[in-house]
Amino acid sequence: MAPLIVCEDLWKIYRIGDVEVQALRGVNLTIERGEFVAIMGTSGSGKSTLMNLLGCLDQPSRGRYQLDGLDVSTAKPDLLADLRNRQIGFVFQNFNLIPRTSALENAQLPLFYRGGSIKEQRRQAAAALQRVGLAGREQHYPAQLSGGQQQRVAIARALVGAPSILFADEPTGNLDTVSSREIMDILEQLNRDDGITIILVTHEPDIAAYASRELVMKDGQIVQDVRRAPHLSGVT
Amino acid sequence: MRLTSPVSPRLPMSAFVLLTVMTALRILSRNRLRAGLTMLGIVIGVGAVIAMVSIGQGARAAVQAQVASMGTNVIVIMPGSTTVSGVRGGQGGAVTLTINDATELKKRSPLLSDTGWAKRDVMQIVNGNRNWNGPVNGVSPSYLTIRDWSFTSGGPFTEADMESAARVALIGQTTLENLFDPGEEAMGATIRIKNVPFQIVGVLAPKGQSAQGTDQDDVMFIPFTTGERKVFGSQFLGSVGALFASTDQSADLPEAVEHIRETLRARHRLGPDQADDFTIRTQVDIGKVQESTSQTLTVMLFAIASVSLLVGGIGIMNILLVSVTERTKEIGVRMAVGAKRIHILTQFLIEAMTLSLFGGLIGVIVGIVGAQLTTLIAGWPTMISAEAILTAFLFSLAVGLFFGLYPANKAARLNPIEALRYE
Repeated sequence: MAPLIVCEDLWKIYRIGDVEVQALRGVNLTIERGEFVAIMGTSGSGKSTLMNLLGCLDQPSRGRYQLDGLDVSTAKPDLLADLRNRQIGFVFQNFNLIPRTSALENAQLPLFYRGGSIKEQRRQAAAALQRVGLAGREQHYPAQLSGGQQQRVAIARALVGAPSILFADEPTGNLDTVSSREIMDILEQLNRDDGITIILVTHEPDIAAYASRELVMKDGQIVQDVRRAPHLSGVT
Repeated sequence: MRLTSPVSPRLPMSAFVLLTVMTALRILSRNRLRAGLTMLGIVIGVGAVIAMVSIGQGARAAVQAQVASMGTNVIVIMPGSTTVSGVRGGQGGAVTLTINDATELKKRSPLLSDTGWAKRDVMQIVNGNRNWNGPVNGVSPSYLTIRDWSFTSGGPFTEADMESAARVALIGQTTLENLFDPGEEAMGATIRIKNVPFQIVGVLAPKGQSAQGTDQDDVMFIPFTTGERKVFGSQFLGSVGALFASTDQSADLPEAVEHIRETLRARHRLGPDQADDFTIRTQVDIGKVQESTSQTLTVMLFAIASVSLLVGGIGIMNILLVSVTERTKEIGVRMAVGAKRIHILTQFLIEAMTLSLFGGLIGVIVGIVGAQLTTLIAGWPTMISAEAILTAFLFSLAVGLFFGLYPANKAARLNPIEALRYE
């Protein structure tokens, strides 16, 4: 089976006025199914740009990106939307739940755009919420939930469509230590039990320690790529 | 690939639309004041259109009833070329139409089902110690049929009454009210005109206002011969105030008018360069005036509707642009989880149309209430037409669609990353 993610010489160049910013400068990367990858780097190193490209939110200026054997570097917006809907789940630093909308409806959102029976969508969303330990909180609004709970709703939303990859962009950046650990435990569990590939962007070493592979980025390039057994230097 | 769901089942758009409508309703109900103010333009526009169409149609219906009260397919021929309405009186030799003209017309023109004639004067009518100054018409019996007069009691006078110059009279409702006490029996009573006693043999059913605005019920009919000999004191026997004719088919009216014109010109020995010494009018002519009036009204309504719906539409567009900006992040999230452009576009279009439809709905209610109030307060007749309601409703929908398109498209074209980053 082909690797899940194959990047060849990926470039992303922004033009701000007359200034050309090279956010990615020839990234080569292969990620296998079921990996748990942490991308680290200082701000401006290009890690968010890379995640946006890998998450099909953006397209490279140059180079090739194959997701699950499909070249998406030149795909049309609607195909990208479809890929995000079926293959990809996102967890953001600031949760990005839709306000004044119940946890259930937030978790249901990807299925809503996929179509199908509404009853079945609700059932799956409720199951996803249960999976992240939020059974009984289906009708709560985001504002009625703690940060950790909101992030768990976001994880439920990310996994409800049974994606191949889950992208987590600083998922614990706004959380306290206890909540952070809960979130990371859920992610780890999803990776271990469901075989979901997880790509984690963080600048906290103890969060990155959950991953089995660590990429370090600098100036738009991957400068370090370390595979290791997880938890060797992880949370104690 | 562990994802084994069917490749792309056709999106059941109806479920999506239904849920989106529900979402739109929830979002709008969250901002009730804002939604209400946004809808106001549409409410006023649609309300004004419904109210004004109702008033316009009510007025038109009233006018049509007046035109119809003239009788069916009636042609009126009046002496003089410049007199537009009423009878030219007191000019001696200028009296140009005669009974002979009427009988000759009926003989010559097979299109005419009947001809009649009348002569009118305002006289003092006396009943005991009450009196009333009103129009007295000497008419042929055929006149009553042409003008479609009906009776609440009694009936028309006859050809025999005509020949014997009988002193019988038919009384209109207004005249009756002015000459008799309430409850007093008018049938068979004797009234006096110029000291000549007349027996009332028929009470006319009310007709209301004429198309010219005069009270058609302020009237009294006596046989033409009786009027000519005993009341009016005509200088020329056989001269009439006006001729009346009718056709069976309204389609025959224009041809009949030409027949009448030719016949009368020949009888009056008018040369080719001489103007008519009579004027011919038909209901069609009167109807045409009404038509042009109602067309003016329609154009005015259209202008008002356009302006108010335009303003309402701009209001909707404005609030939606605000909404798109406010919810940029939400749009980003929706895109991140797989919303396509069409989904975002549809969502905002549905919000726009929900706004305008609600506005339209409230506007329809406001319009109906407004029309009823107009009838209640000003006493104008109004007619609420389903067609106007439907049109206004569809228009408000179209306004929502049209003015929602720009903001919705703006939302759909957002870049997902930029939208997600938006604070």
